[in-house]
Amino acid sequence: MIGIVNYGAGNIFSLTSALDRLKLNYGMINTESDFDQYSHIIIPGVGHAGAAMEKLRQSGLADVIPSITKPVLGICVGMQLLTAHSQEGDAVLTNIIPVRTLLFDKKLGIKIPHMGWNNIEIKENPLFEGIENQTQFYFVHSYFIEYNSIFGIATADYGLKYAAAIQRDNFFGVQFHPEKSGQAGERLLLNFSNLKS
Amino acid sequence: MLSKRIIPCLDVKDGRTVKGVNFVDLKDAGDPVELAWQYAQQGADELVFLDITATHERRKTMIEMVKSVARQLNIPFTIGGGITSIADADALLSAGADKISINSAAVKNPALIEDLAKVFGVQFVVVAVDTKLVDHRNMVHLNGGRLLTELETLQWIKQAENLGAGEILLTSMDHDGTKQGFDCKLLDQVCKLINIPVIASGGAGKTEHFTEVFSTTGVDAALAASVFHFGEITIPELKTELHKHHIPVRLCK
Repeated sequence: MIGIVNYGAGNIFSLTSALDRLKLNYGMINTESDFDQYSHIIIPGVGHAGAAMEKLRQSGLADVIPSITKPVLGICVGMQLLTAHSQEGDAVLTNIIPVRTLLFDKKLGIKIPHMGWNNIEIKENPLFEGIENQTQFYFVHSYFIEYNSIFGIATADYGLKYAAAIQRDNFFGVQFHPEKSGQAGERLLLNFSNLKS
Repeated sequence: MLSKRIIPCLDVKDGRTVKGVNFVDLKDAGDPVELAWQYAQQGADELVFLDITATHERRKTMIEMVKSVARQLNIPFTIGGGITSIADADALLSAGADKISINSAAVKNPALIEDLAKVFGVQFVVVAVDTKLVDHRNMVHLNGGRLLTELETLQWIKQAENLGAGEILLTSMDHDGTKQGFDCKLLDQVCKLINIPVIASGGAGKTEHFTEVFSTTGVDAALAASVFHFGEITIPELKTELHKHHIPVRLCK
């Protein structure tokens, strides 16, 4: 069963709706002891990364997350929280995956936020099983995670090549919104639920 | 590469879609959930619901509708119409809306854009602008083009961006309903002026109009209503056509 880290950063109705459509069971993680009840953990999040990190700390869950050994999936800002630092609010984050979250540079001739459907270059990974390379996912963000060949499992190109998905051991993160990315996004959520601990 | 988005727009009154919709395989053409699902299946990239309910009960019925849509729909959607406060926006976000669109409320109270962007992030705030030529000048109008304001369209759009709009939905009232094509000249000016995504609206009549607006302006998305509802243009055909013209689109299987 999937546990959703419920720390108050943004709307999770779309996520729980997607899990309902996929007939995946889930519950909310409000306190440290709740982690034990679930086999898979999702960290959602929209909005400001610095503010989200602050909420995660206040919830008392921030210190526990790095020690989790079950599969963890961070979505959008939830993914950014796994990184070391974000330029958004100059925020120190969990540093579970030692990469940085940076602001898109409009000098690259791009519009900010990056909003819409973008194709991704996929490395072979169980999270993307059954999803064709170059499939498009729905993105909406102004900050991005720098590409790193060790932790990057998918990249997107928007002014520059950056990390669309990252992994370190049992920790996964996706910058796009699988719950809003049509059938491909639903497949990804299903793949995540099938990852072995 | 970022794809150009195709966005059908649905008018909603009392939780039901209005204006006839000519899909052959619809059980209930008034059901926003079924319509939304059909459009998602056809390959729409996003949907806009415009609430034209005038009653006091509007907020409650709208929230219920948004929840039902969010339960079924696996693509993003925007809600517009009558949003005047943080509380309105918060209720819609919690119900599953990805973005909200504000129009009159932003003109009457520009600080609302700033407040919404601060609380929910710029990506949540679409500023809809209805424009119409008055003495050869593009002027912002309210109430579907009936009420002229003192705001010059380009200036207002720039101000909206500065205040924290994440996207502009620009409807040309001179082109709307004519089916003679989008206002490419104005859209081009807007895209050169600001650095946030722009949705073109008003004037779509045939697939060539979409090709034209994406080839000649920097718009990120094109929105239309009746040509989609009446099946004059189908989304798969439109996308195939755009793809032929080397415009990046999301092709669905």
